[in-house]
Amino acid sequence: MTDITDSAAQPERRETGRSILEADARTKKRNRAETRFKAYGIAALGVGGLFLIALLWAILSNGLTAFTQTYVQLDVPLIEEKLDKDGDRDPAKIAKVSTFGYNPLIEQALVELVEREGLETELEPKALTKMLSGAAAADIRDRVLANPELIGQTVSFEVLASSRVDGYLKGRVSRESLARDKNLDAEHLDLIDALQQTGAVEKRFNWAFITGADASDSRPEQAGIGVAMLGSLFMMLVVLVLSLPIGVAASIYLEEFAPQNRLTDLIEVNISNLAAVPSIVFGILGLAVFIQFMHLPQSAPLVGGLVLTLMTLPTIIISTRAALKAVPPSIRDAALGVGASKMQSVMHHVLPLAMPGILTGTILGLAQALGETAPLLLIGMVGYIATNYPDGVAEGFLAPNSAMPAQIYEWAKRADPAFYERAWGGIIVLLVFLLAMNLLAILLRRRFERRW
Amino acid sequence: MNDMRTMDNAVNHDTKITARDVHVHYGTTHAIKGVDVDIADRTVTAFIGPSGCGKSTFLRCLNRMNDTIPGALVTGEIKIDEADIYDPRVDPVQLRAKVGMVFQKPNPFPKSIYDNVAYGPKIHGMARNKADLDEIVEKALRRGAIWDEVKDRLHAPGTGLSGGQQQRLCIARAVATEPEILLMDEPCSALDPIATAQVEELIDELKQNFSVVIVTHSMQQAARVSQRTAFFHLGHLVEFGETGKIFTNPEDSRTESYISGRIG
Repeated sequence: MTDITDSAAQPERRETGRSILEADARTKKRNRAETRFKAYGIAALGVGGLFLIALLWAILSNGLTAFTQTYVQLDVPLIEEKLDKDGDRDPAKIAKVSTFGYNPLIEQALVELVEREGLETELEPKALTKMLSGAAAADIRDRVLANPELIGQTVSFEVLASSRVDGYLKGRVSRESLARDKNLDAEHLDLIDALQQTGAVEKRFNWAFITGADASDSRPEQAGIGVAMLGSLFMMLVVLVLSLPIGVAASIYLEEFAPQNRLTDLIEVNISNLAAVPSIVFGILGLAVFIQFMHLPQSAPLVGGLVLTLMTLPTIIISTRAALKAVPPSIRDAALGVGASKMQSVMHHVLPLAMPGILTGTILGLAQALGETAPLLLIGMVGYIATNYPDGVAEGFLAPNSAMPAQIYEWAKRADPAFYERAWGGIIVLLVFLLAMNLLAILLRRRFERRW
Repeated sequence: MNDMRTMDNAVNHDTKITARDVHVHYGTTHAIKGVDVDIADRTVTAFIGPSGCGKSTFLRCLNRMNDTIPGALVTGEIKIDEADIYDPRVDPVQLRAKVGMVFQKPNPFPKSIYDNVAYGPKIHGMARNKADLDEIVEKALRRGAIWDEVKDRLHAPGTGLSGGQQQRLCIARAVATEPEILLMDEPCSALDPIATAQVEELIDELKQNFSVVIVTHSMQQAARVSQRTAFFHLGHLVEFGETGKIFTNPEDSRTESYISGRIG
């Protein structure tokens, strides 16, 4: 028997028993497969990274210009005979002078500006005003109405330049492109170049974009995203206040208390399905139920919040249930073992441990809701709100408003290329909010995990 | 040696738990088939038997932990001090304060050592003030034979202790609510031999105040710590009696096969 094993083992060792110092064909093949697989992974990451860089570059290069705006420094003579004939500073009478009454004053101010700087131009005084935004007269009028004492003095104002002038300073508008444009001529640009030298025309940081309201199609230079931001804020408050308690309560009941039967199975399946329902379906549901049936006002953040709550709830319920499931059953046993009731075991032990997961899920759900556009279009939350706050804000949840993504969509639709940079700028603001929310999620999770 | 031990620990004959014709069904599985047993007060009773024989299931009937498992059905009669614990008037929460439990894997709450022990007394309103609670916690930790090791770091997380310390902390947590019965479900199976020895020593001390029921896979452990032993096999209680007698002179052939290593 020993003979047989010996003779069988000897030739076998010669055939397959290679040295382990050199890899055999099988091992080489396996190692190559592994290397290839890792390469695919790295390639996939690389492609993803490239797309991210391309996206960020596109957004920043197109959108950052929205955060600067061209202003003209203008000394406007507020002539008493034109603004307040009787000289008694009666606000009602001053208010009767419309923006048209201010236009000649602005014209005069522009002419004086050109003369003072020692510049020469062939443009008519009337044509000079094309350099300024249509909002300039209204802006000066508002300032005068707010402070009638200014009448009779020559007051220095900073007024918006027109979107073409702004575009020229930002490189969007050139002399060639103006050939087909009756809004501005090449002579204006010469003048602007000269005025920029003297400092009368200046590009500065555009707070009005962050705090302001939308503006009409012909005044892109005046449009801001501030009011839409407030609309989004009100909506998110509604979503948070409704979806967090409802979602967490529903998850705790389903996960910890509900009996396992057909009904709860059905509910579970449907919650998962709801998470995959297109958001526009929730929009039309909101239109039918909240507006047509319950007669809540259109375009109101309350309705938008309700619709987004419906949309966010499945996400919150799913993530909360996952967080509850992740709490080891031994903790529940331990609590029950010392005589805690089911409710106490959940409230004292399971819920605190699941909290980081619940908060993360909720914030991510909110972030998703913040960027949602489709359902808002259906309930009319694309309101054109040109009122600067605080005026339009007082009514809050029931006043018509817009939301950031809807506002961006509105701007992207408009014809004037100046709105294009506003749309990209709006996306930057939206992304900043989303990043801030994700950061908050991470911070909260860290904080809760450290607390014992 | 077993004889010596049995003589040292004269068996107390006051019956604490009486079980008659107990059956447990999990869905279609018949896990416990008609168990009758009398468990004495101030005694360590060991449940031994091969895996899946129903010893843990039966243990979990004694504080109605089976209620938490969907589809579990318990029939028969289990009385603690002449009161049927499956009576509809019994609140399982109250019962579990009276019947403490220690689990297989140490499962301290992810809270401080102090909070782990104080939790039970707090929810049962056993302390009137902070000083009371401090006293209860210290007493429980001393009974759990862990006070000296943790008295300087009561507010450190309980999960930061070693496995054996965690298990003794869990025992301290279980005795903090002043139970009358202590159920232990394989309390040493996740511990190393040194920690096991410490916990066994502790169990021996605990029997002065509690009726201890311990499920164990280790026959040596059953022989070391218990005064009475019950052998379970396939859902039946095969034999129940003095530990010394079960290990030296079993009546049933299945018991003999198991303790001699031929089955299980």
